Amino acid sequence: MISTQKLSISYHGRTVLRNASLVAEPGKVLALVGPSGCGKSSFLCALNRMTDLLPGARVSGQITFDGQGIEEAFASPVELRRNVGMIFQKPNPFAMSIRRNIELAVREHGRHSRSDRQRIIESVLRDVGLWDEVHDRLDHSALELSGGQQQRLCIARALALKPQVLLMDEPCSALDPIAADRVEQLIRSMRGQYTIIIVTHNLAQARRLADHMAVFWICEGVGEIIEYGETESLFRSSANPLVTSYLSGRSG
Amino acid sequence: MSGGRFHASATTPTRRHQIPEFFTAVAVWMAAGLVVATLAWILIDIAVRGISQLSPSFLIEGVEDAGRAGGIGPVLFSTMLILMVTLALAIPLSLATAIALTERVDQDSRFARNVRRCLDVLAGVPSIVFGLFGNAFFAIMLGLGYSILTGGLTLACMVLPILIRTSEQAIVAVPNEYRYAAAALGLGRSATLFRVVLPAAAPALMAGVVLSIGRALAETAALIFTAGYVARRPESLLDSGRSLSVHIYDMAMNVPGGGSRAYATACVLVALLLAINATTTLLLHAAGLQGRSVGGKG
Ligand SMILES: Nc1ncnc2c1ncn2[C@@H]1O[C@H](COP(=O)(O)OP(=O)(O)OP(=O)(O)O)[C@@H](O)[C@H]1O
Ligand SMILES: [Mg+2]
Repeated sequence: MISTQKLSISYHGRTVLRNASLVAEPGKVLALVGPSGCGKSSFLCALNRMTDLLPGARVSGQITFDGQGIEEAFASPVELRRNVGMIFQKPNPFAMSIRRNIELAVREHGRHSRSDRQRIIESVLRDVGLWDEVHDRLDHSALELSGGQQQRLCIARALALKPQVLLMDEPCSALDPIAADRVEQLIRSMRGQYTIIIVTHNLAQARRLADHMAVFWICEGVGEIIEYGETESLFRSSANPLVTSYLSGRSG
Repeated sequence: MSGGRFHASATTPTRRHQIPEFFTAVAVWMAAGLVVATLAWILIDIAVRGISQLSPSFLIEGVEDAGRAGGIGPVLFSTMLILMVTLALAIPLSLATAIALTERVDQDSRFARNVRRCLDVLAGVPSIVFGLFGNAFFAIMLGLGYSILTGGLTLACMVLPILIRTSEQAIVAVPNEYRYAAAALGLGRSATLFRVVLPAAAPALMAGVVLSIGRALAETAALIFTAGYVARRPESLLDSGRSLSVHIYDMAMNVPGGGSRAYATACVLVALLLAINATTTLLLHAAGLQGRSVGGKG
């Protein structure tokens, strides 16, 4: 379980998100929705401390992992990121072979024999439904794959580290509808095994995928979470008229 | 209003509009053609004048009769030694500096800006000045004398600014997505650097090395005072040795009747440059490090 309490994020002193508190339950899918620029990606980056890499970014507030603060739960950001995988909007495989893309981080994080690695590669590629498509060209460049295949490779690459949490920032938005649908199915099949936090602009997708949902909004120029709850009940009715009109597609 | 007129002429091209277009196109093509033609002319000229003297034995035999007879075996050997000394020092040093400038310190920090300014100044220093410096510092102060080592170290100083700049650009050109992807996979800073960033930058890094090799092979002025021009085969790095470029200079300027031999040596030099270029391209291709596009195919 991963949760945040009063998380605020600023870039170069400009606050872009304030007092964000929410809970992502283990094995469940949490969708983050809301208009552009309200800090969803920044929020996601704070969870695995990718914000450390962004110049000028500052995070305050609490992030807890299974009840412990992330500083106590993980010795280092590296350790944290091994347990909290991240998938980006634009598929970003390395310009290396498919095999090497998956192996790279696995090798970095422990001793595995060649056959162990081969087993991991096969199993994660099967998990993302890519094995049948690429098993005979594992040594070809990952850049030869289509965008949708690249994105599934990126997911496989993250799964190879056996993370507990997966952060996904609009993982389908750079893909054509069919490839997007495959990735969506994949996410659905991963439900129960991983805690998934997914940012999406596709409300129908959020409704199909997510158990819980957090609605971000820009209030007085600063992002905030204005609603959090079970997806279905939010779609049916929300106390907040902004949320109701956003979720019914009338604004945002 | 002038804006309106401009609009009209842009949508309905007139004859008057097309004529300057035509001349611009002709001028551009002629300029490009001229460059290619000049290059071709130089290459053909060198080949025509030198090729009659070229033979396998020319590459192996020692220099005889001040170069009028024999071959350039020792000269080739000295050149390679000097080049090796140069690269052995310049590559690690410039790679380390480039990494420091790009990945370690803030890109726009005063330190980084000052280092860059120094490098730009150094890059503009004429090679003869490097020669004088190498002579005063390596040859006399450090007591290395006229030697392969002195020459190589001097050339390393000379190519350092270009090599650092090209390496820096190569590293900066690696898309940040790679760094983020690596970090998200739990790779630390050095793992990200060595496993992801440097491999991705390798083609551009190699291009910088090739450029530097070209500069080093072409250098004459900096070598005369440092590596010297003894045409014997050096026994050690502390012996003086004559590089190809110095040999060409000497044959053309100081040895009456050495002209065609100078051209033959120039042929070898040019062939060497082309070969180095081709080899690196091949190597990179073999390593699968050609493209760096991030987008997918479909
Ligand atoms: N690296 C950065 N440096 C400075 N400002 C940033 C940076 N990243 C994001 N911001 C700013 O923070 C705010 C929130 O951006 P963020 O990308 O988190 O929004 P988002 O909700 O993900 O938007 P979108 O739906 O368009 O992806 C924006 O105003 C943006 O300009
Ligand atoms: Mg975003």
